[in-house]
Amino acid sequence: MLKDITLGQYFPGKTVVHRLDPRTKILLLIVYIVAVFLAQSFLSAGLVLAFLIAVTLLGRIPFKSMTRGLKPMLIFIVFTAVLNLFYTEGGTLLVEWKFIHIYSEGLRKSFFMVLRILLLVCGAFLLTYTTSPIALTDAIERLLNPLKKLHVPVHEFAMMMSIALRFIPTLIEETDKIISAQKARGADFETGSLIRRAKALIPILVPLFVSAFRRADELATAMECRCYHGGEGRTRMKVLRFARLDYAAFAAGALLLAGVIILRHFGL
Amino acid sequence: MDPTIPILETKDLTHVYSAGTPFEHVAIEHIDLSFRLGELVGLIGHTGSGKSTLIQHLNGLLKPSSGKVLFRGEDIWKDKKFTHAVRGKVGLVFQYPEYQLFEETCWKDIAFGPKNQGVSGDELDARVRRAAGFVGIDSELLEKSPFDLSGGQKRRVAIAGVIAMEPDVLILDEPTAGLDAAGRDAILQNIQAYQQAQNACVIMVSHSMEEVASLCSRLVVMNHGAVSMDGTPAEVFTHAEELTQMGLSVPQVTTVFRLLRERGLDLPADVYTVKYAVRCLAAWKEAHQC
Ligand SMILES: Nc1ncnc2c1ncn2[C@@H]1O[C@H](COP(=O)(O)OP(=O)(O)O)[C@@H](O)[C@H]1O
Ligand SMILES: [Mg+2]
Repeated sequence: MLKDITLGQYFPGKTVVHRLDPRTKILLLIVYIVAVFLAQSFLSAGLVLAFLIAVTLLGRIPFKSMTRGLKPMLIFIVFTAVLNLFYTEGGTLLVEWKFIHIYSEGLRKSFFMVLRILLLVCGAFLLTYTTSPIALTDAIERLLNPLKKLHVPVHEFAMMMSIALRFIPTLIEETDKIISAQKARGADFETGSLIRRAKALIPILVPLFVSAFRRADELATAMECRCYHGGEGRTRMKVLRFARLDYAAFAAGALLLAGVIILRHFGL
Repeated sequence: MDPTIPILETKDLTHVYSAGTPFEHVAIEHIDLSFRLGELVGLIGHTGSGKSTLIQHLNGLLKPSSGKVLFRGEDIWKDKKFTHAVRGKVGLVFQYPEYQLFEETCWKDIAFGPKNQGVSGDELDARVRRAAGFVGIDSELLEKSPFDLSGGQKRRVAIAGVIAMEPDVLILDEPTAGLDAAGRDAILQNIQAYQQAQNACVIMVSHSMEEVASLCSRLVVMNHGAVSMDGTPAEVFTHAEELTQMGLSVPQVTTVFRLLRERGLDLPADVYTVKYAVRCLAAWKEAHQC
């Protein structure tokens, strides 16, 4: 079923990681990404990896769902590894066979590239696994608040984003339903030529668009009925506040970054 | 074909949604039911009791987590071809079926199902018109766009789209949800007419006790993913207490009779239609006059 797609799904929970302010988590992710790019040696990459594992354990995220999320990236990762392995020169020549030359530098570089991708993707997963989409958009709006001075419609963008996020599961569910309904009428989406299969999508797409527009219309009416007028002068029911936990998290992030920079400074 | 074999049967049917994730949810468990041609079955139960999940198994849209569904005694998941064939033999009308209309004209939309079965030419036209006739859609409406019709008419066109496949078993998920009284009565009559004309087996999911009481020859009550009662309306509605505990109601006239009985009147307990109630009261009056 379409519904079982896990990429970037939120796993509700009450752990320390879940309870962090979403702004903290976004900022921490940025710090973490910088650290990943600065880490050039085994030692510093190990430090970043240790940080990732620690947060995963603290957030009680099953390693299985991490690896499942990585599956769609597999081709990309293998491709990167192969490219770096064959097209990097330098160091000692390890393998020489016909047109294939593998250097020690290539081995090293491809290892680090793959590790870096894995670290980045898993880091991003941690954020989306432990933070609800609504909290995320809320945090992004708050973080981008200074841009309002430049007349950037931050609130409106955030609103559009949360509406889009809110309706993704609904539309997926709707698609599932329409597919089932047309299958019940004998529609066949799995066999036939490419053109036939493309044509078979019409009975799904037409009702889907009709219902998406209907929903948009209803939502707009409902918002207007409640006197929605954009971000100007709007207050919040739940105001985000940094707590002691967040300062501790910032300290951990700073330590990670400092550690990586110091290691880099000493060439380790 | 041996008439003693049920047309549709479930054996120890269980379905688990999102198995192996934190969202794992057992929707139905150990369902053993059988349906025969000529039956009009009402499937009732509170919201979330697994009715929609169950009926999607009956035509092979959902695959059982464990257990089997048999059509004329054969496992519908036996092979791909058979599963596909069963979808034509067991017609399923989803809730709010009008949201699945997509063609330019009603005729084309109704023809979609039979066309997928390989019907064409005059036979196709005949089937579309017959199906439209069953649901009371006039032939001039057939050339109109389905998006120009009223809600009740759209619903009937959508139902005709399934009836046109001429299924042996017709399953409808809350066919009257969101319709006004007139639209509701019309659709119920259409369903009954189809059932009698084809001697088909019709399974109807419903929330309205009045509806199933007046229409169905058998009621299946679901509660928390299991079948808790299965019998004639008279048998089921004598368990008014249990039904209420499950969050269901009984027909209003049944409640009236229960209250009358509590006050000491010797009336029967199995009253569930107004017609029968009137007869009972007349009989009671007669008996108490002399
Ligand atoms: N696609 C789905 N994924 C996960 N859970 C579902 C899905 N569809 C239904 N459920 C759950 O299964 C249970 C039974 O649902 P359903 O069969 O729709 O009940 P009913 O039709 O009786 O209201 C409900 O608890 C519902 O939340
Ligand atoms: Mg339902």
